[in-house]
Amino acid sequence: MRVSITVNGELRSDDVEPRLLLVHYLRDVAGLTGTNIGCDTSSCGACTVHVDGESVKSCTMLAVQADGCEVTTIEGLAFDGALHPMQESFRQHHGLQCGFCTPGMVMAATSLLAEIPDPTEQQVREGLEGNLCRCTGYHNIVKAVLAEARS
Amino acid sequence: MIPASFEYTRASSVGEAVRMLAAGGEDAKVLAGGHSLLPLMKLRMATPSLLVDVGRVRELSYVRDAGDSLAVGALTRHFDLSRDELVARHAPLLAAVAGQIGDPQVRHRGTIGGSIAHGDPASDLPAACLALGASFVAVGPSGERRIAAADFFTGFLETALAPGELLVEIVVPKATGAGWSFQKFNRRAQDWAIVGCAVVRDGSTRVALVNMGASPLRSPGAEQALAAGASVAEAAERACDGLEPPSDLNASAEYRRHLASVLVTRALAEAGGAPGQEASP
Amino acid sequence: MSATAPAPPGILGQRRLRREDPALLTGEARFVADLDVPGALHLAFVRSTLAHARISSVDVSAALAMPGVVAAFTGADLERDWAAPLPCAWPVTADMKAPRHLPLAVDKVCYMGDAVAVVVAESEYLARDAAEQVFVEYDPLPAVVGIDDALSDRVVIHEELGTNTSYTWELAPDATAVEAAFSSATHRVHGHYVQQRLIPAAIEPRGVVVVPQPFGGEFTVFSSTQIPHILKVMLALTSGIAETSIRVIAPSVGGGFGSKLNVYAEELATLVLAKRLRRPIRWIETRSEGTQATIQGRGQIQDIELAADAEGRVTAVRVKLLADMGAYLQLVTPGVPILGAFLYSGVYDVPAYSISCTSVFTNLTPTDAYRGAGRPEATYAIERAMDALARQVGVDPAEIRRRNYIKAEKFPYASAAGLVYDSGAYEAALDRALELAGYQELRAEQARRRESGDSVQLGIGLSSYMEMCGLAPSRVLASLNYSAGGWEAATVRLLPTGKVQVVTGTSPHGQGHETSWSMIAADRLGVSPDDVEVLHSDTAVAPYGLDTYGSRSLSVGGVAVAIATDRVIEKARKIVAHQLEVADEDLELAGGAFTVKGSPDRSMPLGAVAFEAFTAHDLPDGLEPNLEASCHFDPPNFTFPFGTHVAVVEVDLETGRVILRSYVAVDDCGNQVNPLIVEGQVHGGVAQGVAQALFEKASYDEQGTLLTSTLLDYLVPAASELPSFVTASTVTPSPTNLLGVKGVGEAGTIGSAPAVINAVCDALARQGIHDIEMPATPERVWRALKEVAAR
Repeated sequence: MRVSITVNGELRSDDVEPRLLLVHYLRDVAGLTGTNIGCDTSSCGACTVHVDGESVKSCTMLAVQADGCEVTTIEGLAFDGALHPMQESFRQHHGLQCGFCTPGMVMAATSLLAEIPDPTEQQVREGLEGNLCRCTGYHNIVKAVLAEARS
Repeated sequence: MIPASFEYTRASSVGEAVRMLAAGGEDAKVLAGGHSLLPLMKLRMATPSLLVDVGRVRELSYVRDAGDSLAVGALTRHFDLSRDELVARHAPLLAAVAGQIGDPQVRHRGTIGGSIAHGDPASDLPAACLALGASFVAVGPSGERRIAAADFFTGFLETALAPGELLVEIVVPKATGAGWSFQKFNRRAQDWAIVGCAVVRDGSTRVALVNMGASPLRSPGAEQALAAGASVAEAAERACDGLEPPSDLNASAEYRRHLASVLVTRALAEAGGAPGQEASP
Repeated sequence: MSATAPAPPGILGQRRLRREDPALLTGEARFVADLDVPGALHLAFVRSTLAHARISSVDVSAALAMPGVVAAFTGADLERDWAAPLPCAWPVTADMKAPRHLPLAVDKVCYMGDAVAVVVAESEYLARDAAEQVFVEYDPLPAVVGIDDALSDRVVIHEELGTNTSYTWELAPDATAVEAAFSSATHRVHGHYVQQRLIPAAIEPRGVVVVPQPFGGEFTVFSSTQIPHILKVMLALTSGIAETSIRVIAPSVGGGFGSKLNVYAEELATLVLAKRLRRPIRWIETRSEGTQATIQGRGQIQDIELAADAEGRVTAVRVKLLADMGAYLQLVTPGVPILGAFLYSGVYDVPAYSISCTSVFTNLTPTDAYRGAGRPEATYAIERAMDALARQVGVDPAEIRRRNYIKAEKFPYASAAGLVYDSGAYEAALDRALELAGYQELRAEQARRRESGDSVQLGIGLSSYMEMCGLAPSRVLASLNYSAGGWEAATVRLLPTGKVQVVTGTSPHGQGHETSWSMIAADRLGVSPDDVEVLHSDTAVAPYGLDTYGSRSLSVGGVAVAIATDRVIEKARKIVAHQLEVADEDLELAGGAFTVKGSPDRSMPLGAVAFEAFTAHDLPDGLEPNLEASCHFDPPNFTFPFGTHVAVVEVDLETGRVILRSYVAVDDCGNQVNPLIVEGQVHGGVAQGVAQALFEKASYDEQGTLLTSTLLDYLVPAASELPSFVTASTVTPSPTNLLGVKGVGEAGTIGSAPAVINAVCDALARQGIHDIEMPATPERVWRALKEVAAR
């Protein structure tokens, strides 16, 4: 089936199998491997991207469902050679170690702040409940998101 | 993991979806947000031959004031429900429940209709609809019909929806100012409830439970006790009368019974301030 | 011992941001699944759905007939392709029993997840479709699921071994002293603890890509591994391909925690199939196969006894361990309990010590190193037992610890188990932790809640830990029968333009070695860390290395970088002395330039020296061109980091739910290169220990079926389940290396599980509950409360 999807501002048109998951479309068809796959049960959030501006788990969406949508991946966040402020805040606060959950975590965090611009620590923790990290204990991730909200 | 192959078709209206479902036969499935169906398909626990995608039937995403009730389109997402002003005013329980489903990413995609039609006893929205005395509007080849929530959930992942029928609307009687509570007990916030309890007190008291049987259900024991003037403690003690909760990795049936009684106590206490009805001590 | 001074002012000790981050934050970093290999085929393994069964038949014909399927093999098809079985590098005793472990099972499967066939197809989707069409018939056998069942030999898993017991290892330097201490003891404490199996669950699943050059005869193996160097050697031995024809690269690796410290069936199978099919091949693990096919951690039953005098001073520790190896021995499976076996006396001055460990096979996924590997288990046992002793003696848990700590003036301290602890100041860490936690206020709040009969009770738990890391002096490893050494390699080069190149044998997967090693070299050279590049994790670039595990990288690999840097400096000094016509000792290096002492105008920047060394136009007689030096550092001893953690929990007596309210960690890992990274390691480590204490368990049913095969069922906690942590440190440098560093990768995990469970038990002490098995789930707590209520 033919789908037209705007990925990071660029309109693409591709023939895809109906069963192709959005995450595989992004990684294997569009060649954007920044979006990672960490589980097969919609649990870990490593594959989080924005569809029409909102965070979704791209492993739990078919590419055909994204037909006509705007998808933003981690590659679309940095602009003009500079890190997005959320990426910068993760760096400043050491909010990543191995970095595998990081793209999904950053995408979830930017979506969270779009919805709750000035969250409490509890709201940040709840807002990131769909993203698992095994390295940081979340301490510095939460710190980075709060710092970005307050800046 | 990856779903097995299937045919895919996209409906642009309710009528078209119903026709497509009819043409697709027994193995056709409706795809809305996909957050109940796709996880099962990825594990190949569901292998439909045809998916009818109703995700673009925009006419099904709404919350409307319908006089003494709210009309909620089946494609209304959990996220929208959790933030809707009409829902917050007239059915705050529904907003609270929707805001605790899964995680934000799930709430951005999952829809109320998908959750109701899936009929999972571990889901929160069916219990909320039971507590609110909601009813569901279904459209099929032979037209439209309305099914009370109390008659809808017929067994494990089974509902009163006939094959080929599409759930289009959830009708929620206004519970403006009524006492309510939602108690969800899980080990991680993103998980399904081990046990949940939704209570609405508006003259009478409805007590619905999550994950306490094969289907979403109300607690006849607690409701009857309250109707007979029993105290919260007595009602909580009877909350599991006649129920057969599951035993699984997360909890034994025995522990679920205990939790249900604790959560019913807490929910009734929190919902206590209903007009015209004092909370029992 | 030399250089014990704290880190000099300069770059070391700065909270420097990580240079690794921009690539990881933007999706630019390449993990193994991200590699774009044109023409690569995809592997999918068919795995046993049973824990123990004979294989009656495997039929791959339907799979082979599917479009896009290139090949399909059974275990029998490939049996002659392996040059040797999968390796176990740690035969802890001379008579240890080890089964033959092939990448694909041939006659019988021994755990759920054991591979029985493999399908090779043109795409991942086709490979998975085809794997579903491989039909295996099994003749089921009774499964051995528990350690006790294994010991009974009711069912012997590996018939050729004649028993399920792999080995019994004993350490009793003075058994008479232990007996005497117990017979004269005023207090005796016995603790029986279960270390549940854990699934490491690094967020990046494993993966392997092998790119052959069929005519050149070379194979490049990309693997999500912690150990590219060890892997290369082992792949050569097990595939029969010459070591010189194998290059292993660990690209960006998304966490390991010990689970990628191994030589896996899939790595060997992918290599061998790439050789056989002469095509590039990739295999990327799915999470639900990883929970079965990647090693698990812990899996021990512990019995610890303490003898103590009237004041509660511990006079002897006696331990009996039972360890679950799982179905086969992976790379260091048998050694994991032994790594902890020296440490059951914890931070305490205990004169008599004995331990025995019996390890058995079960029909479960093999166990192996998981963050801490033996040391969290040891710490848990002694720290739980110390709380029991405090209760028996009638003193506060902090007081019992104070009475027993090895005093600061006793270091270096020779333990009864035979180790020499390098340095320590245990009471200082305790004091700081209690102060940060507000210990007295917490006890007052606890008393108030107890008195008022609050349905939510407060618990405060302490844990003082010490661990041995910096694995390891090679001679000590030899005495433990470990098959490899414990040194680490580094090469430092000054390039012609004055930039610095560091090549390390460590293989980071989240620890930030590029940042830290650049700081170490820059600090010594007096240049900016930005001018230092760090190369690693590619056996063609860094031929020598023993990789990253066991909190060894800084105290062995980082020290090697420092020594190699000093060697480069000494060579540079000779060139400068020659060109400025002064003696070597008249030169001092500061700010990246050599200056003649007393003549600030006579100096030569390092960049100029590098260029002189490169052109070699005017070098001292006999001095070789270029500025490069290597170091293969073999540490003289382990390092012994320590600390005290305080966990504060609230326990809902109605539901049994435990909430971790706050957590204080005071850790001492010696001098710190980059405190930002140190804190991050502690945070993550604490979270993993908390996860063991409250959330995680690999659950199996009686048939050996893994019930927690997805992240829906295996409860890795999210941000919503954890608080922010309070961290602080004390600094007691290690005297055994010139940086005075110790290691911090595992400390958080080692300290935290006992602190949390001690807190849970503290909350329930008034109810008469003194033990809750891990994980302390709401149902377990509720059941314990119900039992005491029924008494």
